[in-house]
Amino acid sequence: MTTYDIIFYLFALVTLLSAFFVVTNRNIVHSAFYLLFTFFGVAGIYVMLGADFVAVVQLIVYVGGILILLLFGVMLTNKITNVDIKSGTIHALPASIVLGLFAGALAAAVLNTKWKIVASPETSSSTVSLGNMLINEYALIFELLGIVLLIALIGAASMARR
Amino acid sequence: MIYDWLHNITGSAIAAAIIQSLLPLFIFILPFALFAVLLERKVSGHMQDRLGPMRVGYHGILQTIADIIKLIQKEDIVAAENDRRFFDLSPILVFAGSYAAFAAIPFSGAFIGSNIDLGIVYIVAVTGLVVAGILMGGWASNNKYSLLGAMRAAAQIISYEIPTLLIVVTVIMITGTMNLFTISEWQTQYFWNWLILGGPVFGTAKILLIPLMVISFLIIFLSTLAEVNRTPFDIPEAESELVSGYHTEYSGMKFAMFFLAEYANMFAVSAIVATLFFGGFQSPIGYLGNVFGVKWLIPIEQFFWFTAKGLFFVFVQMWLRWTLPRFRVDQLMAFCWKYLIPFAFVILILVGLITVLL
Repeated sequence: MTTYDIIFYLFALVTLLSAFFVVTNRNIVHSAFYLLFTFFGVAGIYVMLGADFVAVVQLIVYVGGILILLLFGVMLTNKITNVDIKSGTIHALPASIVLGLFAGALAAAVLNTKWKIVASPETSSSTVSLGNMLINEYALIFELLGIVLLIALIGAASMARR
Repeated sequence: MIYDWLHNITGSAIAAAIIQSLLPLFIFILPFALFAVLLERKVSGHMQDRLGPMRVGYHGILQTIADIIKLIQKEDIVAAENDRRFFDLSPILVFAGSYAAFAAIPFSGAFIGSNIDLGIVYIVAVTGLVVAGILMGGWASNNKYSLLGAMRAAAQIISYEIPTLLIVVTVIMITGTMNLFTISEWQTQYFWNWLILGGPVFGTAKILLIPLMVISFLIIFLSTLAEVNRTPFDIPEAESELVSGYHTEYSGMKFAMFFLAEYANMFAVSAIVATLFFGGFQSPIGYLGNVFGVKWLIPIEQFFWFTAKGLFFVFVQMWLRWTLPRFRVDQLMAFCWKYLIPFAFVILILVGLITVLL
């Protein structure tokens, strides 16, 4: 077991454990805080895979943006206005059947895919190649995504005005 | 590089990396915090026509050490209604976030924690940890002042992150790299090569860039000042309204960790501003090491210049704190969204045109 493996399992453990707590915790604010460690662990795994830019963007967007907004939403509704957010188990049987099917499908996909296994090259920054691809090959998709986000912003603003 | 030297001595890459990552904490952040706390009290004292602490040691130079001994002795109070787990975790997260930023800051030509290509973007990313930590502390304290302070802090930090990032992107467009070490090297020695004066490439672009860079510097300085919650942007800890904001309930060493993180953050943002616009570790007037032909002197001189620039901006932050009154919440948000962000966008577009056309 190399150091690389140890660090990988550490991040994997952090991700899985905190994700488990997110799902099982009764207190919704606690769940939101545990989500922080899930995002952090996933960012760590991205770094291990050599996707440094994706990892940093994961931190900026999910930890710095979405998680904070989530916390704001959860805290403002839960603590200040005293609205109980329901967190319980309902429809256990159909849920477990659907979940089991989905998990089986995922496991089958993972096991049947022929993974390309290549010795990892010396880790180098992926930023330049990523930037070139976004601006050249995937320029249209990139711009469309920007427009989608803009529409979402305008929609949110107009809804908030009502 | 110090890493190679450590690698030679310890004979193990992991040991060398661990020692290297601990270096900024022990040889820099802790002594700096000791010094900065004293400096703040002295600066505030002299600005208000007082002397500041005078009792412990000559002109009170040992005051901070006495304070730390006092803080260690204090009881660690946890109220019954506090959320124990997150209450304990929050100071650690806040400190980890501000300490993590030091990994990508180049202290001198011979020392940078980790010379990663993403440098400046990484620093912006780990700031997210600070925001989450502050919110966690404010919520876990179970105190209305703490919660309000944390909410204000988070709203303020994520709003002011936008102008900061826009200016960072502007700088990235000019330098063509996000690596803070390369950005420092690129602004070669002598002050007229610094980015605030248009960078080292002579020509029309340099002249056009100077006014834009001065405005960018002002924008990034103001928005980073707001990000570390210092006056005039200190509404998260406004003493007259919120006791002391998100760390109202904290005492003893946990409070000391928040305090340490605040001072570490002050230096971190000063160092970022100095690196982006004022040449980082580069000397403004050339190196003595070059004049006398002593090569090993250059990294030490670079460390000196870097600390001097960082400390200068820390001093400016203190200066502003003790001269300006506090913003109101609505003024604070209006200032960010209606003034800083539009200006930052205009600069982004103009600099983009200049770098493409010239």
